[in-house]
Amino acid sequence: MSQPAPLIACHDCDLLQREITLKPGCAATCPRCGAVLYRNATDSINRTLAYAMSAALVFLVANGFPIFAIESQGSLKGITLMGAVHSLWGQDMQAVATVVFITAVVIPALEILSLVYLLLPLRLTMLAPGYNQLLRLLRLAEPWGMVEVFMLGILVSLVKLTSNFRVIPGVALWSFAVLTLLIAAAAASFSTRDVWCCVDRINGRRVAP
Amino acid sequence: MNGLSGSAASLGLCACHVCNLVSRVRNPRQAAHCPRCGAYLHARKPGSIASCWAFLIAGYILYIPANLLTMMETGSLISYRKDTIMSGVIHLWKTGSWGIAAVVFIASILIPLMKLVSLTVLLISVQRRSTWEPRQRTRLYRMVELVGRWSMLDIYVVTLLAALVQLGALATVKAGPAAVAFGAVVVLTMLASLKFDPRLIWDPLYKERGHERDAH
Repeated sequence: MSQPAPLIACHDCDLLQREITLKPGCAATCPRCGAVLYRNATDSINRTLAYAMSAALVFLVANGFPIFAIESQGSLKGITLMGAVHSLWGQDMQAVATVVFITAVVIPALEILSLVYLLLPLRLTMLAPGYNQLLRLLRLAEPWGMVEVFMLGILVSLVKLTSNFRVIPGVALWSFAVLTLLIAAAAASFSTRDVWCCVDRINGRRVAP
Repeated sequence: MNGLSGSAASLGLCACHVCNLVSRVRNPRQAAHCPRCGAYLHARKPGSIASCWAFLIAGYILYIPANLLTMMETGSLISYRKDTIMSGVIHLWKTGSWGIAAVVFIASILIPLMKLVSLTVLLISVQRRSTWEPRQRTRLYRMVELVGRWSMLDIYVVTLLAALVQLGALATVKAGPAAVAFGAVVVLTMLASLKFDPRLIWDPLYKERGHERDAH
């Protein structure tokens, strides 16, 4: 080992330490506060890309088809996510409708698309234009994507509705369930550390403090 | 730890919040950018305590109308009811959906309250430069960050049920004014927890040890 291992500062307690090499699937935690510093996600870029691409397809189905349908006056009527946001907007609830639209549609779409846009060229050892702005944007957007909470919201509303109506689950219900799993899998296998290692390798530099 | 001790900031180093690269900051008062990704470098989140308090106080104020006003109006041919968050939970409990009642209670009442109280405790302890249990307080902060998003649940439920209106069904569901207040509470407490910098919990501890070392 000619060069010392790179430095890393804990994001929760700012303790300075040196990186260690991890076995696949292991995570390094801060010895002082216990925060997860980084993990050695197996095959991070390939796997995240695969999950993100399938999530993109499922996302279209989840947003284009009804989540559930209700039988009223002898006919079936379906509720889509966009339809629900639209009717909330119509009830003078523009602020709430906007929050729902952003957290359940815009941010997840943005996350999925930017992952594909970043990782596809990276796999071919190229850099996507504007990659660092996008990585910054991803970091900002990350806490606001709430597909898994929306999924629980669907389940709670199903229970509330079945007491008064005959409810038929739609295609989008299953798609949202799959989308929740795919986004969680993509988030678990995505490692910004691996992305930056890859970027450094392509740029042919090793930035040391 | 390989001859290293103490926080990066005390050694004149700063970790980038986007790419985690540790780089040297020559003049802490001057704006610096990360050499790798170009993000603005700061040792601690700028204005962390002041903006966190601002979001938190706004959250406390809106928590009151969020719980007192009507969240949802449900009307059908035979019945009409106005529900606040709590009465909605009680209604669910009485109609036998205990599991769902518990989930809604935790997500819409317990989590927002827990977030407001925890962030207040964290802010006060940081401002008093307390050295009490930093590890436990950091763990508390991580929990606040982890569970905070789940309070959005009720907003989604109201959204989906409000779509019934559009279907021209015999029953109608209308979102009430509490939905706006509650949505604001969720967003404000999330902003507050994003603005809080957990590294501030550890700073007084390090300073104190530094003084001890100086004394010896």
